[in-house]
Amino acid sequence: MKYFPHTTEDIEQMLAVAGLKSLDDLFAEIPQQLLFNKEFALPEAMSEAEIRRFFDELGSRNCRLVCFAGAGVEDHYSPSVINAIIQRGEFLTAYTPYQPEISQGTLQYIFEYQSMITELTGMDVTNASMYDGTTATAEAMMMTIAAAKKRNKVLVSATINPKVKRVVETYAKYQGVIVETVPEKDGVTDLATLEAMLAGDDVAGVILAQPNFYGIIEDYTGVADICHAKKALMVMNANPSSLAVLKTPAEWGADIACGDAQSLGIPMNYGGSYVGYLATTNALVRKLPGRIVGATTDVDGKRAFVLTLQAREQHIRREKANSNICSNQSLMALYVTIYLSLMGHKGLKEVNAASYGGAHYLAERLVATGKCTLAFDKPFMNEFAVKTTVPAKDIQEALLAAGILGGVRIADDMLLICVTEQRTKAEIDKLVEVVNNI
Amino acid sequence: MIRNYDKLIFELSKEGRQGYSLPKNEFKEQYCPCTLPANLKRTDAPLLPQVTEFDVVRHYTNLSNKNFGVDTGFYPLGSCTMKYNPRINEEICALPAFTSLHPETPVQASQGALEVYYNLAASLAEISGLSAFTLNPYAGAHGELTGLMIMRSYHAQRGDLKRTKVIVPDSAHGTNPASAAVCGLQIVEVKSTANGTVDVEDLKPLLDDTVAGIMMTNPNTLGIFETEIPEIARLVHEAGGLLYYDGANLNAVLGKCRPGDMGFDIMHINLHKTFSTPHGGGGPGDGPVGVRTGLEHLLPNPQVKKDDAGRFFIDSDEQSAGYVSNFLGNFGVLMRAYTYILTLGRENVKMVGPLAVLNANYVKESLKNEYLLPIEGVCKHEFVFDGLVDKSTGVTTLDIAKRLLDYGYHAPTIYFPLLFHQSIMIEPTETESKETLDEFIAVMKTVAREAIENPDVVKNAPYSTPVRRLDETTAARSPKTTYKQLVAE
Repeated sequence: MKYFPHTTEDIEQMLAVAGLKSLDDLFAEIPQQLLFNKEFALPEAMSEAEIRRFFDELGSRNCRLVCFAGAGVEDHYSPSVINAIIQRGEFLTAYTPYQPEISQGTLQYIFEYQSMITELTGMDVTNASMYDGTTATAEAMMMTIAAAKKRNKVLVSATINPKVKRVVETYAKYQGVIVETVPEKDGVTDLATLEAMLAGDDVAGVILAQPNFYGIIEDYTGVADICHAKKALMVMNANPSSLAVLKTPAEWGADIACGDAQSLGIPMNYGGSYVGYLATTNALVRKLPGRIVGATTDVDGKRAFVLTLQAREQHIRREKANSNICSNQSLMALYVTIYLSLMGHKGLKEVNAASYGGAHYLAERLVATGKCTLAFDKPFMNEFAVKTTVPAKDIQEALLAAGILGGVRIADDMLLICVTEQRTKAEIDKLVEVVNNI
Repeated sequence: MIRNYDKLIFELSKEGRQGYSLPKNEFKEQYCPCTLPANLKRTDAPLLPQVTEFDVVRHYTNLSNKNFGVDTGFYPLGSCTMKYNPRINEEICALPAFTSLHPETPVQASQGALEVYYNLAASLAEISGLSAFTLNPYAGAHGELTGLMIMRSYHAQRGDLKRTKVIVPDSAHGTNPASAAVCGLQIVEVKSTANGTVDVEDLKPLLDDTVAGIMMTNPNTLGIFETEIPEIARLVHEAGGLLYYDGANLNAVLGKCRPGDMGFDIMHINLHKTFSTPHGGGGPGDGPVGVRTGLEHLLPNPQVKKDDAGRFFIDSDEQSAGYVSNFLGNFGVLMRAYTYILTLGRENVKMVGPLAVLNANYVKESLKNEYLLPIEGVCKHEFVFDGLVDKSTGVTTLDIAKRLLDYGYHAPTIYFPLLFHQSIMIEPTETESKETLDEFIAVMKTVAREAIENPDVVKNAPYSTPVRRLDETTAARSPKTTYKQLVAE
C-alpha cells in the first residue's frame, strides 16, 4: 500500500521496542467481543488508473448545463491562479495556525481576508471564516441573543433565502430562541409590520437580506433606527460580490453582516466547500465566534500575525464559549482573498456590470415572449423572479432538454433566474428561444 | 536562499494595475448598475489591491514559504491526525463534471454526484458499525452539534422532555461542552480515574432521568482505550440516555473495532482526520454523523436516498432534527474521502489503526526516560507526556514546542488535555516511516538534553523561523485585525 511506509522488518523492530510480539498485542486490552474480525463490505483497493476511470464514469452521469440558477449560489468566473496557489502543500496541508512562528502564511492571508471583507461590508471587524452563509447567519442570530442577554426572540424577514432561514430556525429551536417571520409585501420586507413586531421590546435581533431572495435590492432606509430604538440588533445577510456596487451593511446601519462568499471566486461544487463570512462592529467584537487574526510584533520587533482574542473560543472557554466552531473554511477564505486580490474593486464592479446587464437583458426578452412577467417591479442586480403563464415546471424541463439549467422554481408559476458575467448573449438568446417555443 | 518576505498584498497595490480578464460585456451600452437609485449604492470604493496576476502568484507563493504543512515535514499534532493527504484526492475533487454542478441541478442531471454521497455514507456506516450517515455537517464540532440535535430530538419525540443534561468526561475536547451548550444542553462533567479513563463509579450517580446522554471518545484524549465501554453503554442505556461518539480519535481503531459495536448510538467522523482530506490551514473539513438502527429518520435534511430502480434522489423527513447546512455538506471534501477509501480498499482500511498505534507506541517507549509519561501501558494512536522528567531547570512544554520548530518539526498539541499541567500530546499517524520517527525521537532527546545543559537556549527558542516568539498580549489588548487599522497607527 503506497500510503504505508512500514516494511515487515520495521514492524518487528518497532514492536520489539514496545515490548510486544504482534500488531494484535497493541489491542490486547480491548474486550474480545468488541474486536472486528470480519471483512469489510467495501470494494478492493483500486489503482490510480482505476480511480480515474471510476470517477470519470460517475462524472458522465452528471450533466454539464448552462447555468441560470442562483438562489445563493452563482456561477461566477474563478481565475486559474486560485487553484494553482490553493494546491501548494504549505497552505493545503497545514492546520489551524497554533504555532504562529511557522504559520505566518496562513495567518497573513487570513489577515488580508479580514481586511477585504471589512472593506466590502464596511464593518469594523470580521472573523477568519464560518462554514457557509446559512451557519454564519445562525451564528449572527446567536450573537444577537448573547448581546441582548434577557431577550430570546429574533425576527427574520420572509424575503431571506429559505435555505438560510431553515438553518437559523434549526439552531434557534435547540436554544429555545423564538423565530418570528416578518411578512413580505410586493417582494420586500413589510417595514410597517416589522415596526409593530418590535413594539414588545422583546426582540434581540432582526435578520434581513440584501439583495433578497427574489434578487430585489431592498431599500432599508430608516430600518436601523427602528431596530435600535427598540434595542434590537440589525443583521444583514448580504451577497458580498454585489457590495462592490451596493450600499454596504454598515451604511445601512447594520450591527452584523453575514452571508456566503461563494460568489467571490468559489466554484459551485454541488453546494460546497464555500465560506461563510461574519462581520460586526467594534462594540460586538467580543461576541464574535471563531478565529480572529491580529497584527503584532515578534521579540525582534518584526511585524507578524497571530490568532487573537482567543478567550472567546471553545478550546479556552469550553461550554462558556461564544460558539462551538473549531475547524472552519480557511482554505476557502484563501480562495476569496486571491480572487479579490486579482479583481480589485474595478474588476468586481465589472463583474457586477456584466451580470446586471445580462440579467436585465434576459428579463426584458423573457417578458417579450409573453410566457413570463416580472414578479415584482423593483430594482434588482443580477437575479430576478418571473411569474410564468405556463407551468414553471414545463419551462424548466424544456430548458433542461436544451442543456440549460433554467433557474430555480420557487412556486408552481414562479422561477428565480440568475445571470453572471459568464453568460454570453448567445446563451441568453438560446434560453429565450426555448421559452418562446413552448 | 529564500529572501525574507514581509509584504501585505495591499502594499503591492498600484493604481492602474489589474489582475483579471473578463469576457466582453455585451450589454454595456444598454444596461448599467450605475442607473440604480443613488440611495441603494455605496458611496466609496472598497479598498482592494490593484495588482497584476504575477504579483498575486509571487506574493502567495512567498507567503506559502512561511508556512509548515504535512507536505513540509512531520506534524505530530495530537488529536488532529495529520496524515499524508494524497494528491489523487485533489485531482478527483477538481473534476469539472463535479465542480461545475449547481446545487439546484435536478437529480436526473446529478446522479453521479448523488452516488458519491450515497456510497460514501454507506462506506462510513460499514466502517463504523452504524446504520446510516449524513454527510451534511461541515466539521467535527458541527457534527457534534448535529449529533446532539439528534439526541434531543430522540427524547423529545418520545415525550421525554426532562432530559436536558449531557455528561462529558473531564478529558474531553473543548468542542464537546461547547457543542452541548450551543444545543441548549447543560454539561455535567464526569471524572477520570488515575489511569485516565472514565470513572464508572463517579458516573453511576450522575445517571438519572434528566440525562440525555454521554459524549465520549474512544480511545480518549490520552490515547487510552476505554475498556469499560460495554458497562458504560449498559448503564447509560438503562438510564434512558444515548451514547455519542466523538470520532476525532477514530484513526486509532480504524479496522480494529467499531463504535457501533461498542454500543454508541450516534457519532461523527472527521473526514479531515481519519480519511486523509487536507486540513487547509483550518478547514474545510467535514463531519459526517452516523446513527444506529432506529434513529435514521432523525438525520438532518436534506437526505440522499436510492429508489428501487437504483436512482438516487433527495428527500426530507418531517421528523428530522432539522437543517444544519446550505446543502449536502462540503461536497469537495466528500469526493476526497471517497477517493481515499477506494484507494485503500477493504484490505488496507484494516491496517490504518494498527500501524497508527504501532507508531505511537514506538515513539512513546523511545522517549519515556526523558519525558514524563503519567500513564504507563500500551497507548492507542496518541499519548500524552506531562513535560520533561527533569523539571528543575524551568523549561516548559511551550519552550519544548518552540525549540522543535527550530529543528524542522511542527510542535505536538500542547497544554491539552487539561488533566496535566504540561501536556504534550503526540500523534504520529500511520503514514510516517520508522526513519522519520527515529529522527524525531533523536531531536526530542536533544531538546531534553539542551533543557538541562543550556536551558536558556530552549527558553528563547525559536531562532530559525520566519518570525520568533510573538507579543500575543499586545495583539489581544489593542486588536488590529485589518489593514486599515494597521496603517491608521
